[in-house]
Amino acid sequence: MLPGTILYILLIYILPIGIIAKLGASVANKAAAQLLNFPMWVSVIIHLGLLYATLHIWSDINAYRVLILRLTLVAIMLTVSLNVINGYMGEFSCSHPGFMALGAYVTSVFTVFLFVDDKVFGDALLQPTLGPFLFPIALIFGGIVAALGALIVAIPSFRTRGDYLAIISLAFTFIVKSLIENLEFVGGPRGLGSQPDWANLPTVFIWTILCIWIINNFVRSTLGKALNAVRDDEMAANAMTVNTRNTKMTAFLFSAFWAGVAGGLFAHVLRYVNPGTFSLQKLAEVLAMVYFGGLNSVIGSMVGAVGFNLLSEALRPLEIYKWIIIPVMLILVMIFRPTGLIAFKELDIKSIIKPKQKDEKVEIEHAVASR
Amino acid sequence: MPLLHVKNMTHYFGGLRAVHNYNLGIEPGQIMGLIGPNGAGKTTIFNLITGIYSPTEGNILLDGNNIIGLQPYQIAAMGLGRTFQNLQLWRHMTVLEHVKMARYSKITYGLIGAFFGTPKRHREEAEIEERAYSLLELVGVQHLAGQIVTNLPYGALRRVEMARALATEPKVLFLDEPTAGMNPEELIQMMQIIRGVHKELGLAIFLIEHRMKFVMELCHYVQTLVFGKVIAEGTPDEIQNNPKVIEAYLGKETVT
Ligand SMILES: Nc1ncnc2c1ncn2[C@@H]1O[C@H](COP(=O)(O)OP(=O)(O)OP(=O)(O)O)[C@@H](O)[C@H]1O
Ligand SMILES: [Mg+2]
Repeated sequence: MLPGTILYILLIYILPIGIIAKLGASVANKAAAQLLNFPMWVSVIIHLGLLYATLHIWSDINAYRVLILRLTLVAIMLTVSLNVINGYMGEFSCSHPGFMALGAYVTSVFTVFLFVDDKVFGDALLQPTLGPFLFPIALIFGGIVAALGALIVAIPSFRTRGDYLAIISLAFTFIVKSLIENLEFVGGPRGLGSQPDWANLPTVFIWTILCIWIINNFVRSTLGKALNAVRDDEMAANAMTVNTRNTKMTAFLFSAFWAGVAGGLFAHVLRYVNPGTFSLQKLAEVLAMVYFGGLNSVIGSMVGAVGFNLLSEALRPLEIYKWIIIPVMLILVMIFRPTGLIAFKELDIKSIIKPKQKDEKVEIEHAVASR
Repeated sequence: MPLLHVKNMTHYFGGLRAVHNYNLGIEPGQIMGLIGPNGAGKTTIFNLITGIYSPTEGNILLDGNNIIGLQPYQIAAMGLGRTFQNLQLWRHMTVLEHVKMARYSKITYGLIGAFFGTPKRHREEAEIEERAYSLLELVGVQHLAGQIVTNLPYGALRRVEMARALATEPKVLFLDEPTAGMNPEELIQMMQIIRGVHKELGLAIFLIEHRMKFVMELCHYVQTLVFGKVIAEGTPDEIQNNPKVIEAYLGKETVT
């Protein structure tokens, strides 16, 4: 089984990608060098457009691919946002499934109530054609409710230094889950379905990019770096004018907001949610992606989420053995790279869009362009 | 009215009276020294004034404002910058990031700027960076700006801590044993740096030191603390010749 799987991936993906990358490198570098003459955002948009086009074409083949792709993008949002707490701030939070659940349910209730003829919520109140325009508002609303939930966790947890957060946040996840199980109007343990199909690939893609962009901006600013200072030496941070409590609370709410948005998207990708989804297994998954990808690193979390999901798909033919191989790989990463694959590395957009070369000519062009 | 004025400050750790009836007045531009044997309570006095502990009794006034009960970050933002006896740096951050971080309270771009990378933020970050470089230059470590602090030698780290404290724009700079663990050569350099900082920025300095030579050369005024009590204070010359000081403190160590 295993050699067959590896051969398949090698032949279908790695080899062709390698060859195309090799052949296209010089053209791509020249093009990238040209782009340096334009403002940065032009180059960024073009890069993102190409990325999206590739994903779109790849996933167009069947519905399953689109589904996996969207779930992977949601996983990226979850991982990057959890890294803000567990990586950048160095606390151990277990409440991401809880925030996700809040986001998922709030967003779903919002859309189902307003736009769908439903047994429980009655007829649609607004024209479904308005829906896609109001969907972002629903997601943001879900994120805000998740952030309010985070406030409940944050107030007792950040009162004093200590390991309270891990316990309180874990309790929070359980409380949210059982709360939803007991709310009959959202279906209780049976779950809530018939969400409108608005979380299509472009929507999820744009939200993911937005999430990465904003979080990356935050952690690279001096305000965001205060998280690192609080983590590495809170007393010194305090003595250097950093309002440590405020810093922690803000980051926690911020992280929860994105978990809520991701939850909202998640619910609309699957078009069904039930409380059982947001349990310990979900927590283990998100934590694994964060620690596998690398602490204190946005790019690490992206790699972690994509890697974990790809691996899980690629090893699908192995069936039950998959759940031996993936944990073993996680353990190996933990042993050889205790902070994860790509830890403590900044995501620098400039260095991604600029030409990568050993080619002198491009280097000279670059030097000229930057002057 | 002195710039920093401590009146009848007493502090207990449980049953241990670590500081007893302590008084201090620091004028703008003054260099004040605090000496005393190990465990005398010197660091505790720093921690009390900078808000890490709250004194059991007493008053602390900065520029005439009471600062007791304020959080350390508030006191720091009001103009008390400090270094630590056992270096307290952020081990995953670069030297430049350390100094930039100490500008935290002066940042005005807010969360909007942090999230969306507004032009205001870029402008402000560039300003902070420029300032940070000039402080690093002042203490002579600008060439290390991009380094993670764990890779650096001890002497450099002490300077980084100093630059970081200076970035808070202190009116009084608190230095807790700035030469601890340094060799004689580094000691001389540190002395020059402190002189340079004092001259350049015109701030008041309050420093704890064990090395007599250092104290005698730098300080305008010196207090001697033994078991939490000031047993003698005066100009360096007066202190050096005070029999109580010699008995309590200098007698045990060789005067270098
Ligand atoms: N947080 C604390 N809790 C209890 N006791 C403390 C605490 N901090 C300091 N002490 C005690 O207070 C006394 C004064 O300590 P302090 O650190 O201020 O001395 P110091 O003069 O700075 O000494 P050194 O020269 O060794 O740095 C010591 O007996 C110490 O054990
Ligand atoms: Mg001390």
